[in-house]
Amino acid sequence: MLELTIIVCILLVASFLADKKKTIKGVTLGLIMFVKLLPALISMLALVSVLFFTIPNETLISLIGKDSGINGWLIAALLGSVSLIPGFIAFPLCNILIGKGVAYSTVAVFITTLMMVGAITLPVEAKFFGWRVSIIRNTLSFIAAIVVGVLMMFFL
Amino acid sequence: MKKFAKYSFPILFFLFIGLSYLFDFASGEQIGDNFWLFFKEMILFLPLMFILIGLFDVWIQREKIEKHIGKDSGWKGTLLVILMAMLQAGPLYGAFPFAYLLWKKGCSIRNIFIYLGAYSTIKVPMLTFEIGFLGLKFSLLRTLITLPLFILIGFAMEKYLKGKKFEVKQPKN
Repeated sequence: MLELTIIVCILLVASFLADKKKTIKGVTLGLIMFVKLLPALISMLALVSVLFFTIPNETLISLIGKDSGINGWLIAALLGSVSLIPGFIAFPLCNILIGKGVAYSTVAVFITTLMMVGAITLPVEAKFFGWRVSIIRNTLSFIAAIVVGVLMMFFL
Repeated sequence: MKKFAKYSFPILFFLFIGLSYLFDFASGEQIGDNFWLFFKEMILFLPLMFILIGLFDVWIQREKIEKHIGKDSGWKGTLLVILMAMLQAGPLYGAFPFAYLLWKKGCSIRNIFIYLGAYSTIKVPMLTFEIGFLGLKFSLLRTLITLPLFILIGFAMEKYLKGKKFEVKQPKN
C-alpha cells in the first residue's frame, strides 16, 4: 500500500513536470472513472459485509474441513466463489485450515476460486465485459480451480 | 424511479446500519464494522489505481500497446502482460478498469484475459504474503499449476470471441 502511494506520487510529480495539461487531463479521466464505478462498488461491499456476518470465518472453516476429495473441493470452490475476502484475512484463514488438517489441495482450490472467481463482483465485472463473457470467464476459472486441486494433490 | 431502484439497496443498507448504531443493535453494528473494514481497503487503494490508469491513458500511445501486447504480439506479448500484472496489487475488481484501458489501447483479447488471470492469482505482493502463511513450496506449486491454466483460458476466450463483436466497455453509472 505504502509502495503504491509512493510510486503514484513520484509518477504524478514527474508527469506534472513534463506536461501540466496532460497530467490534469489524465487524473481527471481516472477519477471520473472511479466516481462512476463507486455506486456499484459500494453496493457490492454492503452485500459482502452482510455475507461476512452471516457466514463467519468459523463456519467457513468447519464447512471446508468437513469433506475431503472431490466433495471437499466442490465445497471449497463454491465457498471461494461466493466469498470476497481480502488477502490479509484469507491467508491467515488458510493457515488455520491447514492446521486443522484440511488437505493442501482443498486449500488451493479455495484460494484459487477466492482469487479468480467472483460471484459477488459479477455485476461490476459485467459492467466492463457484459454478462455473458463475465459468466464464461468465471465458469472457466471455477473449472481451473478444481484442476489446480487435482494437480496439487498429486504433488503435495 | 429506475434510479431509485438502483440505489435502494445501498440506501436501505445505510439506514439499517445507522439505526443499528443508534439503538445499539449488535448484529447491525457488526455488519457496519465489516463494511467499514472493506470500504477502508477500497477507498485507500482504488483512487490511486485510477490516477495511475488516467496517467497511463494520456502518456502511453496506442501504437506501443498494440505492438507489444496486441493481436500479433505472440508469446512475448503474453510474457509482458503477465509480468505487468504480477507487479500490481489489489482485489480482482481493481483489475477491470485497467483491462478496459488495455483494451482501448489495442491489447489483444487473449492478453486481456491472461492479464486478469495473472493479476488475480500471481501478483507478487500477494505471493509474498502467501509464502509467509502457507510456505514457499505451496505457493510455487500453485503458481506453476495456475499459470498454464489461465493462459489456456486466455486462448479459449479469444477463440470463443473471435468474430463476435466483443468490447470492453467503460461503465456508465
